[in-house]
Amino acid sequence: MTGLKLLGLAAGCTVLVLLQTPAALAGAAAVVLALYAVARVRPAAAWGQIRPVRWFALALFVTQLLLADLPAATVTTMRVVLMVALAGLVTLTTPASVMLAALERGLAPLRLVRVDPFRVSLMLTLTLRSVPLLTDLARRVREAQRARGVSWSVRAFAVPLVVGALRHADALGEALSARGLDD
Amino acid sequence: MIELTGVGVRLAERDVLDGLTLTLPERRIGVAGANGSGKSTFARLLNGLALPTTGTVRVLGMDTRREAAKIRRRVGFLFTDPDAQIVMPTVAEDVAFSLRRRGLPKAEVAALVEEVLSRYGLAAHADHPAHQLSGGQKQLLALCSVLVLEPDILVMDEPTTLLDLRNSRQVARILRDLPQQLVVVSHDLALLADFDRVLVLDQGKLVADGPPEPALGHYRDLMA
Repeated sequence: MTGLKLLGLAAGCTVLVLLQTPAALAGAAAVVLALYAVARVRPAAAWGQIRPVRWFALALFVTQLLLADLPAATVTTMRVVLMVALAGLVTLTTPASVMLAALERGLAPLRLVRVDPFRVSLMLTLTLRSVPLLTDLARRVREAQRARGVSWSVRAFAVPLVVGALRHADALGEALSARGLDD
Repeated sequence: MIELTGVGVRLAERDVLDGLTLTLPERRIGVAGANGSGKSTFARLLNGLALPTTGTVRVLGMDTRREAAKIRRRVGFLFTDPDAQIVMPTVAEDVAFSLRRRGLPKAEVAALVEEVLSRYGLAAHADHPAHQLSGGQKQLLALCSVLVLEPDILVMDEPTTLLDLRNSRQVARILRDLPQQLVVVSHDLALLADFDRVLVLDQGKLVADGPPEPALGHYRDLMA
């Protein structure tokens, strides 16, 4: 079932790339909404999938509007948002461990070229895991800045964020070794 | 059994540990010392996360320099910060993740996970997002993820430092009942008070070694 979902996601994204008019994308949006309804995903959970890309989508729309025209901006932005929505639907309806097990099975042929599917799925696991951790780290950095009365500064934000992320990566690598997952 | 012979660790032109020769057959061993005394490096030596610059460390008869991967399968390690150890999105998935390399059938993995979560009071949180647990629950989850592998030895690096009094006491109770050999690095002197043996490190050297009362007394004097 999970393999089918992932194949469906790949097929859905391919179709979205092929659609070229705002009307066609509107039709695709209706299909995606219907899929969310069928999966009984609550509106708040559905919005939670799109919310993180809202500013990126806005920037993309404005850039396209300046460089091309309104239909092109609409098509490009809707395409990206619908792809994120489709991917979000798969993650909402599939436990991460089940998805990773399916990926590991799907990537099994890579053993022929000496790539360990476990390591690839582990990398994807860690990528998923890093999202809430980095969000939390960014929040703490901002709080520390505010506590010291520092107004917004890219350098004052980026340096502790990068240092914190690298420290976490080191600690996580050590923890994975300690759990015997590095051999 | 853990054996260190003439062990020294040198990092960034500084002797982090120096001249340690020890045999540790006791079941519960505590390690105390000031910040920077070499306690964490000592803990990391015991499952091959750190290697000695000089001397040898043998754990369960194996040399950590030659058989670190084998040793890590039998020596569990619990870090101070559970956030660094939690990998999967939900509690049950994170515990099951430890078993992925074992190649066990799904049903067996599920049964082992359920058993360990029930034993440590996390069964009701099995499907909850792991990163939303409280600090104490996260440390318990990290412990479950280690114990599900049934290690022969458990090494812990300051397991109660980030916990409140209630959670520290819960961890202490759990440690008391574990059948494994334990090596616990801690500043929490109450935690180590009923251990079988306590080592005190200062600037990389062993300065006290024996029953908790005199050893921890020596540590208190050092800190005065």
